[in-house]
Amino acid sequence: MARVESEAARPQNAFIRWIDDRFPLMETMRYHATEYYASKNFNIWYVFGVLSLVVLIIQLVTGIFLTMNYKPSSAEAFASVEYIMRDVDMGWLIRYMHSTGASFFFIVVYLHMFRAMLYGSYKKPRELIWIIGILIFFVLMAEAFAGYLLPWGQMSYWGAQVIISLFGAIPFVGDALVEYIRGDYSISDITLNRFFALHVIALPLALIGLVFVHIVALHEVGSNNPDGIEIKEHKGADGVPLDGVAFHPYHTSKDLVAIIVFLMVFFAVVFFAPDMGGYFLEHANFDPANTMVTPEHIAPVWYFTPFYAILRAVPNKLWGAILMGAAVILPLFLPWLDRSRVRSIRYRGWIYRTSLGLFVISFFALGWLGVQPAEGIYVNLARIFSVIYFAFFLLMPYYTTVDKTRPVPDRVVYHA
Amino acid sequence: MRRALFGVAAIALVTIALLIPGRSALAAGGEVELEPADNDIGNVASLQRGARNFMNYCAGCHSAKYVRYNSVAKDLDLTEDQIVDNLMFNAEKTFETIEASMPLDAAARWFGQPPPDLSLMARARGTDYIYNFLKGFYLDSESPTGVDNLHLPGTSMPHVLWELQGYQRAVYEESAAGEGAEEVFSNFESVSAGIMSPEDYDAFVRDTVNFLEYISEPVRSTRRVLGVWVLMFLTVFLIIATMLKNQIWKDVS
Repeated sequence: MARVESEAARPQNAFIRWIDDRFPLMETMRYHATEYYASKNFNIWYVFGVLSLVVLIIQLVTGIFLTMNYKPSSAEAFASVEYIMRDVDMGWLIRYMHSTGASFFFIVVYLHMFRAMLYGSYKKPRELIWIIGILIFFVLMAEAFAGYLLPWGQMSYWGAQVIISLFGAIPFVGDALVEYIRGDYSISDITLNRFFALHVIALPLALIGLVFVHIVALHEVGSNNPDGIEIKEHKGADGVPLDGVAFHPYHTSKDLVAIIVFLMVFFAVVFFAPDMGGYFLEHANFDPANTMVTPEHIAPVWYFTPFYAILRAVPNKLWGAILMGAAVILPLFLPWLDRSRVRSIRYRGWIYRTSLGLFVISFFALGWLGVQPAEGIYVNLARIFSVIYFAFFLLMPYYTTVDKTRPVPDRVVYHA
Repeated sequence: MRRALFGVAAIALVTIALLIPGRSALAAGGEVELEPADNDIGNVASLQRGARNFMNYCAGCHSAKYVRYNSVAKDLDLTEDQIVDNLMFNAEKTFETIEASMPLDAAARWFGQPPPDLSLMARARGTDYIYNFLKGFYLDSESPTGVDNLHLPGTSMPHVLWELQGYQRAVYEESAAGEGAEEVFSNFESVSAGIMSPEDYDAFVRDTVNFLEYISEPVRSTRRVLGVWVLMFLTVFLIIATMLKNQIWKDVS
């Protein structure tokens, strides 16, 4: 099939030319890189997408090497992790990169999602990008949860026990469902084996597929920007958006700087504080799983604690599980909950700014409360912040309608 | 207006759900304040003394099953001969891991549970805890071993180091007078002196804890050294990448 391509646009190199006659190499490159135009006024919030991709690659590569030495069996899993830490050449580095990568995955993804909330990136025509992104977030949570069981430490075991048992709160089918998920009457070797399969094959495949369509959908409609303006509405004579610069080499060179800064932070943790004071690697997880001894204090890893705090804030198990599920799913509906005429927070009124501020505060507060014991003042605080969390979403159709917006400029604000 | 009503109704539902009683809260135990261990894994002489202490006093009952003798030799600047002559009491080859001399099933019968493996104890409980634990045995006539421990009440471990530390008893005092007053731990009081002075015993325990921290993560020292190199490389890379970016962006206005 002959594609219409001018002779000048065809590659000079004979080998590349041979490929290009059989595969849309240059066309793809132009469509996604050299002729994909994104606003020139991207700020720091715009680096977390590419950083998520960097972390994904770190996790995939280190994961492959871990899999070469890890044994997914309840009798050997814990010892095989120590084998990686002590006897495998550079095994400790691979393992710390993977465990640190898990936490950093959530850091960059949370910041990436927050960026969308700051600048209204989920609003029309980018709803589908947002939905795919939320699906990525769901899969990522499942991936992290499955992976956390694999070291087979005390917290791996009891954390999984607590979370899986939540399904037992579902009326009628709950107990059967829990048994189905575990594949046994308690968390066992069987559970470990299936979680391993999910963690190294099923969920990563889903993750990669979703990330691919996330980017394809993004490149179809084009990137948003801090002003929330469609740069495609102001094109030059050559058809190139006046406020856009090509993804490559402009944004790629900028992203490279961001990636190196990120790696500096990432490796500072890997080499100098891989357990991050018990937040990235929990102390109790250095005890092998013991079915007879429940740890004094079961807390999930930090990235799940905001939702865990909501779960525990509710005195009833079923309602707790329902609210926790709702807290995770609600962001999916943001494109329709948000009725504001403008996208960017730069041109929104004080109501949305205040609401978003309160939401951020409640998210951090719930995260902190999730690692505290569920008693006394902590439970009441968790209730207050849970209400704020839900109010942010549920009252959004109202307050974004009445919020006074400011006029949006025609062109993006940019200072060279 | 209808949207607002819907939102308010939804919030009310959430609030009601939060108030439905049913699930009990988790309990958390009270803790005694810990004295800092102040050990230093960079101090190789201390680690060597700790290895000696560990093999002589701990390894009879406790294993360190992820730790190989030859890697200890390498990391602690000892020759394999030194290890074989001074530290390997029940192993044949230097690549073997540290196993307890006492059979585990017998130990389980004698003490009610087998003594835990110590490879990762410092990471699981923290060095301060172990330091205080080893100093926290006190006489208790009701315990089968004659002692209890302030930091692990009801422990089945006997006071293995009694010969060095001697025996002490726990002194309690009334907490703030008035109602709800209870006995709280105040201090230890020596009952019989050991062969070590209290300062020497502290140093002995500190060296031992130091060794336990080292075996819990043998790579700790090397990772810090490697980390400095990695960050230096990235700094140079960052400078070059920033120059490249500025060059590419210089025409954008």
